[in-house]
Amino acid sequence: MRILFALLQKEFIQIKRNKTILRLIIVLPVVQLLILVNAATLEMNNLQIAVYDNDDSALSSRLVSELDASPFFRMSASPPNVESGISQIEEGTVDFLLVITDGFEKDALAGNTSRVQLLANAINSQQAQLGFAYLQQVAHRSMKNFAVEMQGIVPESKISTTSAFWYNPELNYKFFMVPGILVVLVSVVGMFLTSMNLVREKEMGTIEQMNVTPVRKSTFIVAKLLPFLIIGLFELGLGLIIGKLIYDVPIEGSLWLIFGIGTLYLIGLLGLGLLLSTFSSSQQQVTFVSYFFLLVFILMSGIFTSVDNMPEWGQKVNLINPFFYFIDVMRSILLKGAGLADLWRQVGGILFLAVTLVTLAVFNYRKAS
Amino acid sequence: MEASSYVINVKDLVKKFGDFTANDRLTFHVKRGEIFGFLGANGAGKTTAIKILCGLSVPTSGFVEVSGYNVKTQSEKVKSSIGYMSQKFSLYDDLTVFENIRLFGTIYGLSSGEIKERSADMLSRLGIEEQRNRLIGTLSLGWKQKLAFSVAVLHRPKIVFLDEPTSGVDPITRRQFWELIYQAADEGITVFVTTHYMDEAEYCNRVTIMVDGRISALDTPSGLKSQMKCDSMNDVFLKLTRPN
Repeated sequence: MRILFALLQKEFIQIKRNKTILRLIIVLPVVQLLILVNAATLEMNNLQIAVYDNDDSALSSRLVSELDASPFFRMSASPPNVESGISQIEEGTVDFLLVITDGFEKDALAGNTSRVQLLANAINSQQAQLGFAYLQQVAHRSMKNFAVEMQGIVPESKISTTSAFWYNPELNYKFFMVPGILVVLVSVVGMFLTSMNLVREKEMGTIEQMNVTPVRKSTFIVAKLLPFLIIGLFELGLGLIIGKLIYDVPIEGSLWLIFGIGTLYLIGLLGLGLLLSTFSSSQQQVTFVSYFFLLVFILMSGIFTSVDNMPEWGQKVNLINPFFYFIDVMRSILLKGAGLADLWRQVGGILFLAVTLVTLAVFNYRKAS
Repeated sequence: MEASSYVINVKDLVKKFGDFTANDRLTFHVKRGEIFGFLGANGAGKTTAIKILCGLSVPTSGFVEVSGYNVKTQSEKVKSSIGYMSQKFSLYDDLTVFENIRLFGTIYGLSSGEIKERSADMLSRLGIEEQRNRLIGTLSLGWKQKLAFSVAVLHRPKIVFLDEPTSGVDPITRRQFWELIYQAADEGITVFVTTHYMDEAEYCNRVTIMVDGRISALDTPSGLKSQMKCDSMNDVFLKLTRPN
């Protein structure tokens, strides 16, 4: 116990003296949460749209003004003809071109299907799809209002869709991003700092000095991991405070549960950091390997994209992706107020990964030295 | 077993890395309180042997006993009875002199009272009391080496292993370093030292010279010189390592 205390004291003194890491621990969560949450948005606003209106009727100008009023679109000057509209898309000055053909209003009044054409720059396919969906909504609404005004009847609608958005009624994208960014943050601290710290001792030769002392390997490992567990939990707390104060992210569920699962998750990632360090002999190597894992884990995790849309093999890979489980856990607890009973699958996954990684790491660490 | 006056007993020690034999049937004994020099060219297998003696590495075959404990089965007991200092400087650069002393003192089971007393004694002997709170990283290599040695014998081990402790330091510092070694030997600590400075070999009570993983000579420096009809250890070394 005295030895463990002495080793912990050593670690904390070293962390305290390392000004770069100390600053990073404070600055990283603030910068990531302030900048990334705002910048990495999938919300569609201010899409540039140009309209070529060949009908020039009451109905077509109603459609145009409704589009103009919508926050999603910003109206560009009408092109003189379709060709110049297309070349505007090619130049990138507009994202969408709406072509309203002659006879649009006449068809509508006659009860026929009236047609418009939407040309979209689909380099960003998600943006193009969303823009298309928004346009459909707007067009549908204009037609309905027009019909009511002109004929005083509500056109019969065979199916009417009503939507209710649960758990995030205002579709606030930030509520979705904050838990994800928080997980990345905690993970970086867990994985990078631990593995770098251990490899540094290898580079300096001090680990050899430790190995000839009667310090037990288990004591040494605990002394190495505990400080980063504490720092990781501190980051989690700091991140939650920032999320609450700045973005007013709801905390529906139990904070105890968040920190409980967070501890388990961090133990797993610290194990991964330890494992990576046993394979590396320089800080350069371990940084590169950690970076590889980090990138794969982040992009597969569902932080930006929906996991349900991934191909089946991708979803299978996620079974061993700790980020995937913890992001799901964080979103569910914060936004839905999920309890342990709702999260047994994710917690089971995290538990499995934590046990496996720590076992592998300790086994490898013993063998390597 | 051999007489208990031996603190290191090595019999038929073999260490192989794949097909390469780093240590080939080493047999030697080290007496309590002696300064035992372990010489050899680079790559002769000195560091491999010292790592096995310290319990850092496991022998492929053979019998190795250090301060009465078998290194294979009782490596934890071996570790608490020895001190070790490697050629790579190994105190923590980002801790102060005293923090390093406190850390290693505690690890070897010294009480905080003992640590206080012995560190004060050690720093005054080295004449650097005022450097107590300086970071190790800001000291010169010579001071680092002397401190590393002093920390390695702080817990009064039975044996201290020194792996090329003086490589890269100036002649004056080397001399001071050897004075520290003699002091430790006077206190009854057995010193096991590897080096490739032949003048240092002269300071040892007995030396062995390793060539290609084998022990090719083991005697007192004067014994070796008369056997080989040489004037200096330097000539002895050259004659053994380059027979032609």
